Amino acid sequence: MSQGIREKHLGLRKAKNGLFLSVAGLLLLIAVLPLFLIVGYVIQQGLPDLNTQFFTLPTEPTGMPGGMGNAILGSLEIIGFATLFSLPLGIGAGIYISEGRIGWIKSVSRFAADVLSGVPSIVVGLLAYVLVVRPMGGFSGFSGSVALAILMIPIIARQTEQALRSVPSSIREGALALGARRTQVWLKFVLPSAAGAVITGFILAFSRALGETAPLLFTAFGNEFWSTNMMQPLAAIPLQIFVYALSPYSDWQKEAWTGALILVILALSMNLVSRVVERRRFR
Amino acid sequence: MWHRIAEQITQTWVRVSLLVMLALLAALLIMLIGQSMDAFHAFSWKFLVISTWDPVHRIFGALPFLYGTVVTSLFAIVNAGIIGVGSSIFLVYVLRGTLRNVLGLFIELLAAIPSVVYGLWGIYVLAPWLQRTGEPFLHKYLGFLPLFSGTMLGVGFLAGGLILTIMILPTITAISRDVLQAVPTDLIEGAYAIGATRVESIRYVGFPFARSGIIGALMLGFGRAVGETIAVTMVIGNRPQIVASLFAPGYTMASVIANEFTEATNPLYTSSLYEVGLILLLTTVIFYGGARFLVWRMSRTA
Repeated sequence: MSQGIREKHLGLRKAKNGLFLSVAGLLLLIAVLPLFLIVGYVIQQGLPDLNTQFFTLPTEPTGMPGGMGNAILGSLEIIGFATLFSLPLGIGAGIYISEGRIGWIKSVSRFAADVLSGVPSIVVGLLAYVLVVRPMGGFSGFSGSVALAILMIPIIARQTEQALRSVPSSIREGALALGARRTQVWLKFVLPSAAGAVITGFILAFSRALGETAPLLFTAFGNEFWSTNMMQPLAAIPLQIFVYALSPYSDWQKEAWTGALILVILALSMNLVSRVVERRRFR
Repeated sequence: MWHRIAEQITQTWVRVSLLVMLALLAALLIMLIGQSMDAFHAFSWKFLVISTWDPVHRIFGALPFLYGTVVTSLFAIVNAGIIGVGSSIFLVYVLRGTLRNVLGLFIELLAAIPSVVYGLWGIYVLAPWLQRTGEPFLHKYLGFLPLFSGTMLGVGFLAGGLILTIMILPTITAISRDVLQAVPTDLIEGAYAIGATRVESIRYVGFPFARSGIIGALMLGFGRAVGETIAVTMVIGNRPQIVASLFAPGYTMASVIANEFTEATNPLYTSSLYEVGLILLLTTVIFYGGARFLVWRMSRTA
């Protein structure tokens, strides 16, 4: 560029510019394509079998009408308990990372939350196996909840921390000036004004846990029958899809697609809802 | 008096939460190291270079899984890197308004789709397509490379690599987009002002500024690819072997744990799987930590 602009060069440079940008545009199209390919195919394969039977019947041998009722119930139960563990712990850790007094503990914890959220879910499954399955002497829905909770805690903590950090410090100072204690500032002023973003973080963690399969393979393990017993093996939607997908029976494979459709609808809608909540916060 | 108690409860809750989180990370490391001791004593460092995985004769080497993980993850990071960075350039420098938001959203929604759904799509759509169309095409034009020769099965390294490409694409695109957007507009406008074309201003001003952030995005994507389990397990073919062909079935560290952990019958077998898990954890932690550091430094300077 330092040589100055000559006519000949300018043409070449403009051509390069055009070429490069069209390649980038093409890459963007390629990047968007898979979403439509996958979601489109899941809808096409899964929609025909989406009926009440799918929600009300449990796993049945191939050839008989069956559904994922037991897996839906199991998933709700496992994730319900995972929420019970992870929500208070995640928010608590998030509050410390954002509002704590000691700088280096905050940085270390923030980094730890980051690393923990990057740990592969299958490795988290191993931890839950050693911590819960082996001491309890068998696979159980409870151990699945523990595994999912471990995955949810760092996500919730990180999101809470970011949400709290975006709360203006004038709110804290104002509350302190009125004589509020530090913990009152957290619970009555900071947390409520960041509630939208904290909820967003929770929804994201929830929707990630909903689709997790790997850590449930050797914790919740799966179950073909109706069961609500957390101390016994429990079915879950993603586990059922995994088993059905690899089975040689075409009716099970069809149910796998219907299960996938339900997961995709839930995951995408939760993601969109979290975005709406997030946007409302900035208005 | 009541306030005092409430304060104590809140303080305790917050501290305990933090401790639990830190303890979980420590527990992961301690548990994996402890459980993999048997395998480490039996094979020591050779665990990493033995290419036999033979439960019957109790010889366990992680090399085929390391190989499979590295091949599929590298394949994914190269492809997703090119597509993701290209897309983010187009999103940031060319598109404006609604179109930018909508297309950006579409890519990010890919991250919301569960792994098992990718796997399902992988075995019933991607693998058959590869077997019938994709692999014969590659073989016809690039078959002179050992990479694209051999039996065309559909499932294998190529299918695994492609699924991973799609799965890590949103991560790379979203972060590249954020760091490119963080480049001060003054600098870009300055480049325009001295007569640079759009591409030149990206190449000489935007890119150098965002470089460490983009490298961070790629490392983060690599870490994700290494740890991804179910989708890869469903399409990679699950055969522990080291071959040059991308068409061949392989195995990854994550998928061997997923497949064999519940059926591992003797302590050495189980311990070897834990050691694979330990390697997996350390790899992802290194890439994740490094990536976070780079992105964090970038957002600091911006």
